[in-house]
Amino acid sequence: MAILTETPAGPVVLSAEQVEEIGRELDALRARVVEDLGERDREYIYSIIKAQRGFEVAGRGLMYLGFLPPFWLAGVASLTVSKILDNMEIGHNVMHGQYDWMREPGLNSREFEWDTVCPADQWRHSHNYMHHTFTNIHGKDRDIGYGILRVDEAQAWNPLRLGNPLYAFFLMVAFEWGVMGHDLEVENIVRGKRSWSDIKSLVKGQVRKAGKQVLKDYVIFPALTGPLFLSTLAGNFTANIARNLWTFSIIFCGHFPSGVQTFTEEETAEETQGEWYVRQMLGSANIEGGRTFHIMSGNLSHQIEHHLFPDLPANRYPEIAPEVKALAEKHGLPYNTGSFSQQIGSVWAKLFKLALPPALVKSQPTGVIVMRRGTASEVGV
Amino acid sequence: MVGLIDLVERLTTPHPLDRYLELVRPTLTLRQMRAEITHVRRSAVGSVTLTLRPTRQWTGHLAGQYVQIGVVIDGVRHTRCYSPVNTQTRRDRHIELTIKAHPHGLVSNYLHENAIPGMVVDLAPAAGVFHLPEQRPDRIVLITGGSGITPALSMLRTLATEGYQGRVLFLHYNRSPEWVPHRAELQALALAHTNFRVEMLYPELGQDPNFSYDELERLAPWFAAAQTYLCGPPGLMKAVRTVYEAEQLSDRLHLEEFVLTVAPADPATAEGSVTFSGSDITTENTGASLLEQAESAGLTPAYGCRMGICFTCTAVKRSGCTRNLRTGEVDADPDQPIQLCINAPVGDVDIAI
Repeated sequence: MAILTETPAGPVVLSAEQVEEIGRELDALRARVVEDLGERDREYIYSIIKAQRGFEVAGRGLMYLGFLPPFWLAGVASLTVSKILDNMEIGHNVMHGQYDWMREPGLNSREFEWDTVCPADQWRHSHNYMHHTFTNIHGKDRDIGYGILRVDEAQAWNPLRLGNPLYAFFLMVAFEWGVMGHDLEVENIVRGKRSWSDIKSLVKGQVRKAGKQVLKDYVIFPALTGPLFLSTLAGNFTANIARNLWTFSIIFCGHFPSGVQTFTEEETAEETQGEWYVRQMLGSANIEGGRTFHIMSGNLSHQIEHHLFPDLPANRYPEIAPEVKALAEKHGLPYNTGSFSQQIGSVWAKLFKLALPPALVKSQPTGVIVMRRGTASEVGV
Repeated sequence: MVGLIDLVERLTTPHPLDRYLELVRPTLTLRQMRAEITHVRRSAVGSVTLTLRPTRQWTGHLAGQYVQIGVVIDGVRHTRCYSPVNTQTRRDRHIELTIKAHPHGLVSNYLHENAIPGMVVDLAPAAGVFHLPEQRPDRIVLITGGSGITPALSMLRTLATEGYQGRVLFLHYNRSPEWVPHRAELQALALAHTNFRVEMLYPELGQDPNFSYDELERLAPWFAAAQTYLCGPPGLMKAVRTVYEAEQLSDRLHLEEFVLTVAPADPATAEGSVTFSGSDITTENTGASLLEQAESAGLTPAYGCRMGICFTCTAVKRSGCTRNLRTGEVDADPDQPIQLCINAPVGDVDIAI
């Protein structure tokens, strides 16, 4: 197979040999990191956990002074940081198996639960398996619009799509609930492709997990602050919403800015390891920023590195990013990166643009063209 | 107490309370048992004796049982089993472990070189059926070799503390006297208790014979009436078993096997058999990934990406050695979660599916 991709500088064609070469280089990079894993990574993740638990305890404590606005705000901020760290740099990464090699029960991908309403086991199916295996393949990766949004031109337009930005806004505000519902495949239920018996056990798990979360944030902790019940409840609610806005934004910057490419099932049938790697690179986008920004984004600011090596500890992504970028440049492949404002701006622009009927919108390059047993010249390059 | 922990865990949900407490102090955990090393002695050649103070969950051991401890080495937690050598009636609730540094033993060598007071290790409750019965037999034979001495030591010390009146033969084989841990104490026990006979033999030095019927008959002519406890290297185990089988005394012989899993020289060869112990199925190792071998055997384990990225097929490897098909890394540690789709068995492997 050869891969042809359209970039601002013109089309890029990779021969099958080049693709396999990329695969070998990335395998070697991975092996080098795996070989080097040890005490340093352990100290890193425990330092993040300690920070997260510190922010959480501080946040809960500050709510007792919630009648003073600065303390209430500080409590909300502290709790928000705690929830973001828990969900992203710890939860998301631990559940990818990034720290399984440490053999710590508290950091085991199968046992870890995170501070959000979505049960960990359901997320591991919809995210670790479905999304990471079939990244950006239409009809397989349900993260392309989550069954709600139009984020790619290859998704058909209909009048309901006019609400695209509005749906995105609601998804952003209620993001943890959206993530929870992801594995239900609601649109398939609507279409009658999925029945109650298919989703019964999923719903049960969701009720159990969400129940615990709601009880904690909206009943027990507020009750523990006695007369400040409503102030604490409002504080916890605000922290949850703030976490939602942030995680939505980071995650949408990972796959939906302009320049990210999607694929069809035919293109990716019988894919080799090298082709899989190239698809991960073309289907993801990075965000530039400082160390704190990377940590607060769960290093999903290195979405490209994460998609190439989802089970390598996240603190390694910033270290290997220059090598991955150099490899992409060497082969003329795009390495999609930009500032946060650039990437999130591009995401929202796309959400608005794709709300409109295709006739009103200037078409973008269609992305990667895969030619089986063909050569670039056969498709006109 | 448990009710209160449950209540507090409503507040720490979804994380167990121990995940908070261990950050304050590793031994503060409420559910997970741990132990702090309080004393380290390196008395005999090649072994180290550790005294551990377990957290309050410790409920003691029966003489002869083992405990599992977990130690972090280069970021990875490794667990191993060792038999406590102290009496089962020890009042201060401490445990004493004597650990022999095996030539390729990662954990034993690490502890031999690095154990210091204050170090905290994971600890699992005592387990194993190799222990003295509650109703002590009238006659007892303890036969051990090398590091197999540890469970028998606990038995002998326990009998001594209890004022046991029956007869005991403590027969231990080793390389030379300086390799025998607690040798002076064993000799002191023999002097203090006329009903204890302690024999330490060193066949490798050329003076003492290997284990045989004649040897046993000479040291304990009454052995047929005794309960015998045996723990040692495979050669010794086999010799003793042969004698007891010939005498039709197998039902009076209790043994503890030390399984040392060592990676074979060439991990790429497909040898041995794969046991899926959760389903009672055993098949010949074909060299394919464990997921493929499980499916060929008619099992339907959960799987996802089949390329090592989603961790859906992770299952517990009970015993044996596996090779990671992506990295080539070989893992011989028991009871480890592994990804079935990217691991192949090397020799005999037991998977809990």
